[in-house]
Amino acid sequence: MAEVTKLIHKYLRHDKKFPHVWCPGCGIGIMLGALIRAIDKCGFTKDEIVLVSGIGCTGRLPVYVDFNTLHTTHGRALAFATGVKLANPKLKVIVVMGDGDAVAIGGNHFIHAARRNIDLTAIILNNSIYGMTGGQYSPTTPYGMKTTTSSFFHIEQAFNISELAVTAGAPFVGRGTVYHARLLDSLMEKAFLKKGFAVVEVISHCHTQFGKLNKMGTAVEMMEWQRDHAVTVEKAAQMKEEELKDKFRIGILIDKELPVYLDEYEKIRTGSSGSGDRRP
Amino acid sequence: MKREKKKNFRELLLQGNEAIVEGALRAGCRFFAGYPITPATEISEQLSTRLPKIGGTFIQMEDEIGSIAAVIGASLAGAKSMTATSGPGFSLMQENLGFAIMAEVPCVIVNAMRGGPSTGLPTSPSQSDVMQARWGTHGDHPIIALCPSTVRECYDITIKAFNLSEKFRNPVIILVDEVVAHMREKITFYDDEEIDIFNRVKPSMPPEWYIPYEDTPSGIPPMANFGEGYRYHVTGLTHDIRGFPTSRPDEIDPFIRRLFRKISQHFSEIQFGEFFETDDADISIIAYGCVARSAKRAAIDARARGVKVGVLKLNTLWPFMRTAVEKVLNTSKIVIVPEMNMGQISREVKRVNKGPTKIFTINKVDGTIITPEEILARIKEVG
Ligand SMILES: Cc1ncc(C[n+]2csc(CCOP(=O)(O)OP(=O)(O)O)c2C)c(N)n1
Ligand code: SF4
Ligand SMILES: [Mg+2]
Repeated sequence: MAEVTKLIHKYLRHDKKFPHVWCPGCGIGIMLGALIRAIDKCGFTKDEIVLVSGIGCTGRLPVYVDFNTLHTTHGRALAFATGVKLANPKLKVIVVMGDGDAVAIGGNHFIHAARRNIDLTAIILNNSIYGMTGGQYSPTTPYGMKTTTSSFFHIEQAFNISELAVTAGAPFVGRGTVYHARLLDSLMEKAFLKKGFAVVEVISHCHTQFGKLNKMGTAVEMMEWQRDHAVTVEKAAQMKEEELKDKFRIGILIDKELPVYLDEYEKIRTGSSGSGDRRP
Repeated sequence: MKREKKKNFRELLLQGNEAIVEGALRAGCRFFAGYPITPATEISEQLSTRLPKIGGTFIQMEDEIGSIAAVIGASLAGAKSMTATSGPGFSLMQENLGFAIMAEVPCVIVNAMRGGPSTGLPTSPSQSDVMQARWGTHGDHPIIALCPSTVRECYDITIKAFNLSEKFRNPVIILVDEVVAHMREKITFYDDEEIDIFNRVKPSMPPEWYIPYEDTPSGIPPMANFGEGYRYHVTGLTHDIRGFPTSRPDEIDPFIRRLFRKISQHFSEIQFGEFFETDDADISIIAYGCVARSAKRAAIDARARGVKVGVLKLNTLWPFMRTAVEKVLNTSKIVIVPEMNMGQISREVKRVNKGPTKIFTINKVDGTIITPEEILARIKEVG
């Protein structure tokens, strides 16, 4: 049996009514593949994984896989996940969100989760648009682009999700694309094994909305766009700012050690004082 | 008293909010998430020091939306969970409150009511969130809301709230007004006090046989906690018995009806209150929260003057105590409903009144309590 078939048999829910909701060619399926491969590689059991999501095309992901799955409200997945993890620290809690989910309606939960450093993995599929509701602009829609609510051109500046996560204090942030599938596997694996709050931003395409409105072609052409505009962190370090103007970096953007919330909370529980610097 | 000789009791002077904390801990609450707001803040502050000492967890979230989300998540992972807030925060919780109803996740939400709308009167009492508790979240849904009027009731009702939420897999709201939340009264805890604690019914079948949202005679399916081997899907989308989203009318209808049935089939377990001298009363007062205290005083004073007045105190506000209310409507000529709002429960009383009984209201919305004198004056006026 092919390796991929084995993984499908092991992880997809067989009692779930297929077909899935995604458009043919959507990048979310590629992200799901990477997620499953990384979980399998890390050796987590299905019972210990809790896969939490918000609302959107991306938010529909958990229903198809055989873990403890929690499809929450729009933007609130990280807050639900916070409760799950704190109530049962033995669980491996992974959160998948869309760009609107994570940094528009859920932006406040996102920066606070990064700052708080609870042991959670946040995977954000960034397709620069609200896919599920039909192609309205999101906080990551670039300046000048067309969406169904910016049909002239988009006049706002976009969030850079990964840099936002770094600034908010997340100890691990990686960015990949659905074109660079192998990199995505390894970023997810590292994120899952990281102790603390880990973010993986997945640049993807919504060819049926964003692609169509901005004449970016088919799913394949949009993936080629990803290939041509992504620069590895290592390579980017050698390049001039001018050369990086229309490019984005992929790879590990930050990986540092910070006190992890539940370890610190355990000190409160056992009465030993915190070790941190208490100055404001 | 024999009990007192043995000294097997503790007497404490507690605030309503502190009694809620004691009740929550006694009921087995092990997770609390909240965001500071007057007049509920004491609950957060106390649980932040109490919970870690008993292996529980406290977290201050970034807002009330996150607080209730964390509470629901913790409950799914197996912890009895609670949050506490006041009007503005309660409004923010409404969407996820609906999620907990839809996904049938037990949790307790305390709303220490202050004057509204909006920021309103942060430090003044009110009873104006009664209807928000009933209909605040969107969609047709059942809800349980309880209301204490003494410090002792704050304790008992909090335990009851956890029990009901665990039993019926539905969020339970405690509507406490600012007066009761901040008032101090002596409360006695006996060591040999028998307190029933109910824990959610877990599945007894092997995981392959578990159907997470299956209908049962009680309407309440057993609940598996995350991580215990029963992997299933939880969603706010309307779902079939396996928890998977559905748009089939023949699956939607029985699901929504079951949500209602699991509460309506068990009214007698959920509804409670007190009939105070209503049997022979010509005039009955229907009241709840701090107003029920003034109502009792007024009834006693009225009887001293020869007017037969009784009080029906409601401890369950939702589901509405129709049977109890009908009983006083049938025996009294006049019913007075004093409330610190423009008429939220009186509207329900009028709705169930099918006979000739006259219903009068007292509506106070100036941020002060309704006094016994004010009720007595109304009795004189209408009696
Ligand atoms: C409170 C609330 N507001 C609005 C919506 C409608 N809504 C559903 S999905 C969505 C946007 C999804 O965009 P994104 O998070 O980027 O996910 P994608 O579909 O692109 O994967 C919106 C606005 C909702 N479900 N809930
Ligand atoms: S609308 Fe866009 S994001 Fe949603 S499934 Fe289709 S291609 Fe994917
Ligand atoms: Mg999107």
